[in-house]
Amino acid sequence: MPEALSKTLTAAGLLTALVVSGCSSGSSTGGSTESGADGPITVDAGDTNCDVSTTQIAAGQHTFSVTNSASQVTEVYVYADGDRIMGEVENIGPALKRELIVDLPAGTYQVACKPGMVGNGTRTALTVTGATPSAATLDENLQNAVDDYKKYVNSEAAALVDTTKTFTDAIDDGDMDAVKAAYPAARLHYERIEPIAESFGDLDPLIDMRIDDATDGTEFTGFHAIEQLVYEKATLKGTSDLAKQLDTNVEKLQTVIKDVDFTPLVMGNGAKSLMDEVAKSKVTGEEERYSRIDLVDFAGNVDGARYVYTALRPALKEKDPALVKTLDERFPALVDLLETHRAEEGDKGYITGSPYVSYDDLSKDDVKALAVEVDAISEPLGQISGVVSSK
Amino acid sequence: MSTPEATARPSRLSRRRLFGLIGGTGAVGAVGAVAGVVGARATTGDASGDGSRGQVVEFFGDHQAGIATPAQDRLHFAAFDLSPVAQREALIELLTEWTNASLKMTAGLDVGTGAVTGDPSAPPDDTGEALGLAAAKLTITIGFGTSLFTDAHGNDRFGIADRRPEQLADLPAFAGDALKAEISGGDLCVQACADDPQVAVHAIRNLARIARGTASVRYSQLGFGRTSSTTVNQETPRNMMGFKDGTANLKADDNDSMNQHVWVQDGDGPDWMTGGSYLVSRRIRMLIEPWDSTPLTEQERVIGRTKGAGAPIGKTKEFDTVDLDAKGSDGAPLIDLKSHVRLAHPTTNNGATLLRRGYSFTDGTDDLGRLDAGLFFLAYQRDPRTQFVTIQNSLAGNGNDVLNEYIQHVGSGLFACPPGVRAGEYVGQALFT
Repeated sequence: MPEALSKTLTAAGLLTALVVSGCSSGSSTGGSTESGADGPITVDAGDTNCDVSTTQIAAGQHTFSVTNSASQVTEVYVYADGDRIMGEVENIGPALKRELIVDLPAGTYQVACKPGMVGNGTRTALTVTGATPSAATLDENLQNAVDDYKKYVNSEAAALVDTTKTFTDAIDDGDMDAVKAAYPAARLHYERIEPIAESFGDLDPLIDMRIDDATDGTEFTGFHAIEQLVYEKATLKGTSDLAKQLDTNVEKLQTVIKDVDFTPLVMGNGAKSLMDEVAKSKVTGEEERYSRIDLVDFAGNVDGARYVYTALRPALKEKDPALVKTLDERFPALVDLLETHRAEEGDKGYITGSPYVSYDDLSKDDVKALAVEVDAISEPLGQISGVVSSK
Repeated sequence: MSTPEATARPSRLSRRRLFGLIGGTGAVGAVGAVAGVVGARATTGDASGDGSRGQVVEFFGDHQAGIATPAQDRLHFAAFDLSPVAQREALIELLTEWTNASLKMTAGLDVGTGAVTGDPSAPPDDTGEALGLAAAKLTITIGFGTSLFTDAHGNDRFGIADRRPEQLADLPAFAGDALKAEISGGDLCVQACADDPQVAVHAIRNLARIARGTASVRYSQLGFGRTSSTTVNQETPRNMMGFKDGTANLKADDNDSMNQHVWVQDGDGPDWMTGGSYLVSRRIRMLIEPWDSTPLTEQERVIGRTKGAGAPIGKTKEFDTVDLDAKGSDGAPLIDLKSHVRLAHPTTNNGATLLRRGYSFTDGTDDLGRLDAGLFFLAYQRDPRTQFVTIQNSLAGNGNDVLNEYIQHVGSGLFACPPGVRAGEYVGQALFT
């Protein structure tokens, strides 16, 4: 998917980095202590390794040339302190090579490789030296956060369109296996931006309604209508028209989402509502009642909330360091817990296309443990909007 | 205690036989006589200075007690299913027995020959846990579910299908409903309200015992902390979300409003319901943990009122008029377009309004360690189709009431509560004659 890739690169990588640094994209100044300053930095993203060709570079714009040597699709992130995303490249198939262009001010970073596109990833530290830009003011921090989030939402919307297309193409081909393999990825991208999508009260139901929402006079459409046919009724009969509508609606969503004006308050509330979604319908196994890929939705919601947090983190750090400390601990704890439920082909509870086990494979204790972590993180997340809106 | 029928009949007569004699077969005088005794006891109770706990709510009247009665502190609600083999006669007998037992319990008296005064060699007629407790304003309100008229297989089991009121149309499916069959529906319902929880529980327990062999409990719900003020004298209570609930509720002491919105009027439908009311019950689970971690301003936006005073957003006092047109300095509506108050408001719903009589509940914790709590919503009305259904259609679904993010409707019931009982009658008698 070259188109998807370029969108991801542009939206989430390059532009984000430019905004974050707030300075021009001058090329790195070569020096004796740095290697590879003139050529791309190579990253070998394997199943258990994330080898970066150099661990020390000069401040400025850099190109990371990523090769996926893992057995599955991977993604690579460059994280600043607190997992603030400086750049990312997603959906790298096995043996493929992709470039990631990031502008990095002086500081310490981590390059994270995530085979299967889940979890905290395998990480390699990276030190960037050189002139340190003056610290951003609080207002700048908040503005940067808003800009970052807007880019994230747009890149996820683009990824939603692409992954949905893969899904609906498989439907057109009548290829049941491919349909099932493509379904989880599309859901992941929707779930990451769910609170924003939900603000479009006309589109969201068409894309994401549950059968209980299809009451008198409302037709059951969208992802879950197809999900029911595919997973419960084991047929592709009747999916074709639904697939066409779905493509149209996610494209509409991508268009209207471009005009959304974000504020730190909207972002904070959005992060909270993502976790509320998890608490209400993911941890309870209600959302994906036919496919049982609820943990994919769960991960998507957590990703979305975490992105909001990391974008707002510099501002939060200034205003409420204790809150930052708490969230810095709780997000990885939640992600690590989720990681314990990963499954690969051949594993018990494996579902085609999903990196996680079937919801039905979770014990009561497993579900309870997840619920406890979700509730624990919802408490501090609920404080974000108050902190960012206080003077 | 001593009542004419209890002393007149030797204890070898079974309880069931006894009640059968009173209700179905012209032993009308017996019921009337009980009423006389009831009156005497009630006076004593009040004079004893026992305060509200000793107070008796009159059982007989044009309307069933427990609807316009100022809401008591506690609830025990139960829905019953008739036995598959039960016939019309058994149903009538049950209603007769329930009427007699209700008459006595609401007066603060034991059922039948009492808890300790009957034949010592037989199990006592009354279960006894309310011995020594006052009437505590106990009311017992009985309703008929849709399945009593026509069962799930379309059968008219009791010969009353053609007397089903149009108003008792099955509720439509509402967007986002997560109803569980085992806590929904029911052939009959009994709402027992009292200021003492043990008195309310005693009432349901004894009615369920009387019903054995004829009907069994389908589900029941304990409630505490009434969540609506139903008279102007009652302070508005708070629900489990910490908000005052029922500020704008219909007031039961406003007769005109009650006739307009709650009591079935002559000509509305079949005569047997005139003076009655339709009850909609909903078990509304609140997602307490997400709610508790929601900022105050967001909670207030969702509800459309302040948490402290209960004032409409933009106003200062609880009973200040809700101004849905008010705008802030930024030009945005002060009361959010998706707030609960706005979407539930009569002006949003063609003037539809309800007499709400709900209670909070907390049934321990679920298997995720979360508080299983919420609102057992009870609302009385003249016609559910234009009242509850209209309002719930405004509220239900993801695109509507933002409160839906924090609540889930998990149980549902619809019941026709016939008019009040006169001495010598049983509840709902006009339906069967």
